[in-house]
Amino acid sequence: MIRFIRARSRIITSLAMPFFWLIFIGVGFGSVVTEMNYINFLAPGIIGMIILFTSIFSGMSIIWDRQFGFLKEILVAPVSRSSIMLGKVLGGATIAVVSALIMILITILIGFIPISIGIVPAVIFMILTAMCFVSIGLIIASKMKSMEGFQMVMSFLIMPVFFLSGALFPLENTPQWMQTIAYFDPLTYGIDGLRASLISHSIFPLWLDLAALLLFSTVLVLIGACVFRRM
Amino acid sequence: MDAIEIENLTKNYNGTAAVDSINLRIKQAELFGLLGPNGAGKTTMISMLSTILKPSSGNAKINGINISYQNSVRKLIGIVFQDPSLDDELTGMENLTFHSKLYHMPHELSKKRINDVLKLVDLEGKSKMLVKTYSGGMKRRLEIARGLLHHPKILFLDEPTLGLDPQTRRHIWEYIKKLNKEEKITIILTTHYMEEADYLCKRIAIIDHGKIVALGTPKKLKSSISSVKKPTLEDVFIWYTGHAIRDYEGPELDNIRFRARLGWKR
Repeated sequence: MIRFIRARSRIITSLAMPFFWLIFIGVGFGSVVTEMNYINFLAPGIIGMIILFTSIFSGMSIIWDRQFGFLKEILVAPVSRSSIMLGKVLGGATIAVVSALIMILITILIGFIPISIGIVPAVIFMILTAMCFVSIGLIIASKMKSMEGFQMVMSFLIMPVFFLSGALFPLENTPQWMQTIAYFDPLTYGIDGLRASLISHSIFPLWLDLAALLLFSTVLVLIGACVFRRM
Repeated sequence: MDAIEIENLTKNYNGTAAVDSINLRIKQAELFGLLGPNGAGKTTMISMLSTILKPSSGNAKINGINISYQNSVRKLIGIVFQDPSLDDELTGMENLTFHSKLYHMPHELSKKRINDVLKLVDLEGKSKMLVKTYSGGMKRRLEIARGLLHHPKILFLDEPTLGLDPQTRRHIWEYIKKLNKEEKITIILTTHYMEEADYLCKRIAIIDHGKIVALGTPKKLKSSISSVKKPTLEDVFIWYTGHAIRDYEGPELDNIRFRARLGWKR
């Protein structure tokens, strides 16, 4: 967390891309989509995007720690590998949620009108979504030796996960095969939960989004803990 | 009870023994040196003793505790790795605070201990600077301070002065001596610098190809070769291994010349 606060350029770049997506895609598609306020529909998707990007790249910290030797210091300490993993997940999730909350403020300035009471459940969805993707990032990074390799794997993973989640378009209108794949994407439930909380629009009931994310995050954290135990 | 008891400790990598059936005992509060060239198995041995690596076979005890009890052993030891292991984006103080949290030190004790160790390595005035602004010597001193923070009974120093200039190396030597004398800590250091082993260590194990080929005090080791007047530790090393430590990967002709000077017949 201290590292993140000090790396001002990282904060700006992590916010810049979702911001541009919001502006260009939001304004661009907003002129085509007439039956609803597209910015309102898109904003939870962009918040999901920032959580996805920030969380996955938090996993990279393991590669940095390994390259600069800091990981050895952690591995030789009298703490269990599972708690190291959990610490990393919670740290990464905190950074992702803080970034997402900053993004909510930006989206409000642009014209997003969320339900104010919905912020509380939205934060819960943000935390669970972030926990899923920090775990995925850590699991992959723990098997990687170089940053280049990690970035290559991530670029193959991030875009499909993002586009399949229904962040940019309503999943209801897509072909059945696409919807079937989307059901295996944790971000689908994260963004659907955010939409349910912030704009009262969702595909699944709120409890289903919550249950799916709880299941995904628990399984992924447990897999991560197993991977860390073998490090 | 000895600080370290090692019995037939072995580590194999793809059928090659990096550490080959080592037996060794190190006394409490001893300053012990593992002397050998790069790739001799020193770091592998330290990694096994500090529970980072699992041995292929054999056993070792740290203060009577088997190294398979990882958490109990980890509480007893401190380690300064060969490669840098500090977080450059944090200050010296933050690195130490993080370490104290990893070792579950109470807040008040941690604050006192951080001040103590920073004083010991002369970094009190620099503790609020980011580590990336430190010199190589300062980083090494901070790593030593961190290794000592949780009051370990045994401190492993893996090539503590590697890559440092002679003046800084001297400073680090003085810190190590002071630590051993004042804090009564058992120190095991690996090195391939002859003068370092000679100056610091009460006993030395010469390690080559994963085996201990000679063991004793520098004085005793030097007196064990009679073919050279006033032998140095380097002569001792060549005598027992058949090659010079610094020319380990150098031309064979140099090694022959060294051996001829010593009258080496094995």
